[in-house]
Amino acid sequence: MLRFVQSVGASVIETIATIGRAGLMLAGALFALPTLQNMRLTIKQIYVVGVQSLLIIIVSGLFIGMVMALQGYTILVGYGAEGSLGPLVALSLLRELGPVVTALLFAGRAGSALTAEIGLMKATEQLSSLEMMAVDPLRRVVAPRFWAGVMSMPMLAIIFSAIGILGGYLVGVDWLGVDSGSYWSVMQASVEWNVDVMNGVIKSIVFALVVTWIAIFKGFDAVPTSEGISAATTQTVVYASLAVLGLDFILTALMFGIQ
Amino acid sequence: MNKAKAELLVGFFVLLTVAALMLLALRVANQNLSTEGETYTLYAKFDNIGSLRARSAVKVGGVTVGRVLSISLDEEDFSPVVKLSISSEHSGFPETSSVSVLTAGLLGEQYLGLQPGFSIDGIDNLGDGDYIQDTKSALVLEDLIGQFLFNDKGE
Repeated sequence: MLRFVQSVGASVIETIATIGRAGLMLAGALFALPTLQNMRLTIKQIYVVGVQSLLIIIVSGLFIGMVMALQGYTILVGYGAEGSLGPLVALSLLRELGPVVTALLFAGRAGSALTAEIGLMKATEQLSSLEMMAVDPLRRVVAPRFWAGVMSMPMLAIIFSAIGILGGYLVGVDWLGVDSGSYWSVMQASVEWNVDVMNGVIKSIVFALVVTWIAIFKGFDAVPTSEGISAATTQTVVYASLAVLGLDFILTALMFGIQ
Repeated sequence: MNKAKAELLVGFFVLLTVAALMLLALRVANQNLSTEGETYTLYAKFDNIGSLRARSAVKVGGVTVGRVLSISLDEEDFSPVVKLSISSEHSGFPETSSVSVLTAGLLGEQYLGLQPGFSIDGIDNLGDGDYIQDTKSALVLEDLIGQFLFNDKGE
């Protein structure tokens, strides 16, 4: 009995300590803003997490836009409302699918890589060596990756939405024969820059902070063995995906729920 | 991968994002016709506005000239007052103009149709802050059915 109570206590203390370490690491990364010296490092990381994720983002954006146009058309044509295909595709991409699917793909494509990389750096004691040379690993290793992730994901989400809308155009207008003028003009009548586009961008900035934070912290805090790194990589993808989906509901309720 | 090439590709990545944003700004989002540039304000009092909302369009013969700014309830006679923002490019509607709540298509959203009235000597144009006197309310489906049933009984 006492042992059970002790184990509960131990796990609570461990959870709180983990949150504390994550907070300290985030604070360290946040205050190490990209300066001129480590701007180069940040740009290199944007290449790794942003540019190399571009292909998967473009392909999934194109196909999700095309599938939505195909599915939406079969429903809407029953009401003679196929002119509303434009806003259907554009609003669901800008408000939800763009930020959320980008964040999920980013967690799988770039987040797991960040965790594994930093975890392996820890396991091979590269981080300790940096500290021995009086180089702060938070500034040298963590901060460039954190800022690169935070900057890349909103850009990827914007590209995802734009490509998806073009994919919807491809299927809706060129294949199914929706009028090209009504696709764009009905879309323009119902999409608002400040509400729909900006809230989508704000969402994806929040997701970017959370996913990158989880990915980097899991690597930084990993048990420095091969098992520990593999567990940390799995946890990154799972935790980041769950956090994105949960936060998305809260943000949607705040942004579009009460009108 | 040398450094210069990575930086070049990051540059392309940023440019691609800017291009996507331009597409969203120019083709996808609306250009807020009435909130840009000079506008003037008109008021109109209705019996029933149906499902008219703030930001609904105000159209003259199908051309959008402005938007509904806000909808409030008159404290004295409890009828809805609609505040309209009309682009200053389209000024000089006579005081005899009328507005009605119309529906785009069979199930579409509702907008305000502004019908310019006749203009003769002694009739001023509508200016900033004026009330449009002649208004026609929204068609309410239940009222319409009620009327139809009543007429049917009469015959």
